[in-house]
Amino acid sequence: MNCVVCVTSVPDTASVIKIGAEGKGIDEAGIKWIPSPFDEYALEEALQLTEAKGGEVTVVTYGPERAEAALRDCLARGAHQAVHVLGGEATLGDSFTIAKVLAAALKDREIDLVLCGVQGVGTDCSQVGQMLAVLLDLPSIAIVTKLEVGDGSLTAEREVEGAKEIIESPMPAVITCQKGLNEPRYAALKGIMAAKRKPVEKIEVASLGIEEGADPFYRVESLTLPPEKAAGTIIQGVDDPAAAAGELVKLLRDEAKAI
Amino acid sequence: MAGILVFVEQRDGDVRKASLQALSEAKRQGGAGGTVTAVLPGSGVGNAAAELGAWGADKVFVADDPNLLRYSAEGYAEVVAKAAETALPSAIFFAGTAMGRDLAPRVAAQLGVGAIPDGVKLTLNGDTFSVRRPVYSSKAFAEVDTAGKTPQVISLRPNVFAAEESGGSAEVVAIDGLSLSIRALVKALVVVAGEELDVAEADIIVSGGRGIKGPENFALIRELADALDGAVGASRAAVDAGWIDHSHQVGQTGKVVSPSLYVACGISGAIQHVAGMSSSKIIVAINKDPDAPIFKIADYGVVGDLFDVIPPMVEAIKAL
Repeated sequence: MNCVVCVTSVPDTASVIKIGAEGKGIDEAGIKWIPSPFDEYALEEALQLTEAKGGEVTVVTYGPERAEAALRDCLARGAHQAVHVLGGEATLGDSFTIAKVLAAALKDREIDLVLCGVQGVGTDCSQVGQMLAVLLDLPSIAIVTKLEVGDGSLTAEREVEGAKEIIESPMPAVITCQKGLNEPRYAALKGIMAAKRKPVEKIEVASLGIEEGADPFYRVESLTLPPEKAAGTIIQGVDDPAAAAGELVKLLRDEAKAI
Repeated sequence: MAGILVFVEQRDGDVRKASLQALSEAKRQGGAGGTVTAVLPGSGVGNAAAELGAWGADKVFVADDPNLLRYSAEGYAEVVAKAAETALPSAIFFAGTAMGRDLAPRVAAQLGVGAIPDGVKLTLNGDTFSVRRPVYSSKAFAEVDTAGKTPQVISLRPNVFAAEESGGSAEVVAIDGLSLSIRALVKALVVVAGEELDVAEADIIVSGGRGIKGPENFALIRELADALDGAVGASRAAVDAGWIDHSHQVGQTGKVVSPSLYVACGISGAIQHVAGMSSSKIIVAINKDPDAPIFKIADYGVVGDLFDVIPPMVEAIKAL
């Protein structure tokens, strides 16, 4: 049971976002980079599967030098191998190019299951897993909250509006992992020490036959902050909550026309 | 290439509201200088197809096949790709539902183009769109395009674009010659009992956070939601505490919602929560901490104990 986990590095979710000088990206000064939170569910699922069934977990990322930290984090938690495709700054948010790069890096590997996070936090696209599946000619199941792997096939639960879909698929397949799938483990000190000695395979993106930025599918024309919101109407309701509740309902009906 | 192809999603023959919104937006955009064509896969969906003209479709491609009764990314993508080969649209719209967000990237990759997810505003330049979309969990907005690649595959955030009946009628055309080689297939759709209204689809949402103190108090949140005909949402704190299922979670690691009214009860307003609901039209906060950050983005707020404020609020709403 060989699993590949695709991980991406994103700004810490508590980061304050400032716009960079060119107005097309963020100001990276002071940003702390973390593995995208959804990727932790993907890694945990892969680790549990290989612990139960044997095989190896390979983590792969496409990103600049700093993205190696995300791979080291995965190795510390128990991943066996790591592949770092160097680049990615010119293709941020360009899901199809990212999927092409990952497909080129993975195409000759023996894979039973590819696991991605449901989306990269930040670009919030939620597309790479499905595109990668098409490029590798594999079935894909997105937003998985439960997974059972059998002999050459899997059953997954997928979250949809007001319902769950139960899906059966042969393997290999690509799944994108949602919160609820498992409880990700933390890296133990022993794992962190061991991870420092594990090798990370480095691949230059050009060696995959892809010229970054030459043929984009997604182009950011501008990045702006949302407009400041005007101060709202705040009602003091500590002393007379019933009166405050009545006033709120009245405002919602007469002024906001929301009810 | 001209015109807009719109993927229409149905469940048991009922067309999803978010798809009608996408169809109406295609019509408002004048079909990008061409016709608006709907594509509807399913089984026994003939009646649903005939109605789409009233929502803006000039033409409807129907793929009616028992193998399409349940959703499959591969089967449905084949239908949309086939419709695109015939209609040669300059753009393909999807409603940004769980299905649309899954299907759009597969269709795009199959057509050899990229995709733009989660659009909240479309601007037509000539016959291609520039799309405004929230990024960094709505802490910023990006104006993006497909760098000249067409068809432009775009998904639209639900509840942002209005569904409007235009009163037109559509020509219905069957798609045939499908091979439908489906590997991953939905075997069952399990509707979560008693929780029909999902936060992602609701027009009014009442959410509870850490301040509701325990799982039993979601009854109070539910009471207010019921009085407003809304859905029950939750903050990450409430979900992580095990008080309510993750499917209710609104925020960065939950669902992103844009209802017309969002009532946050006992939610402090952590940046990760705000990310999921800041595009709501009217935001109401009920919190006993006057310094809670949620008040900074609230249109209306009550500083007070939610256990004292919500019951009379329910009474006042019922009395309207």
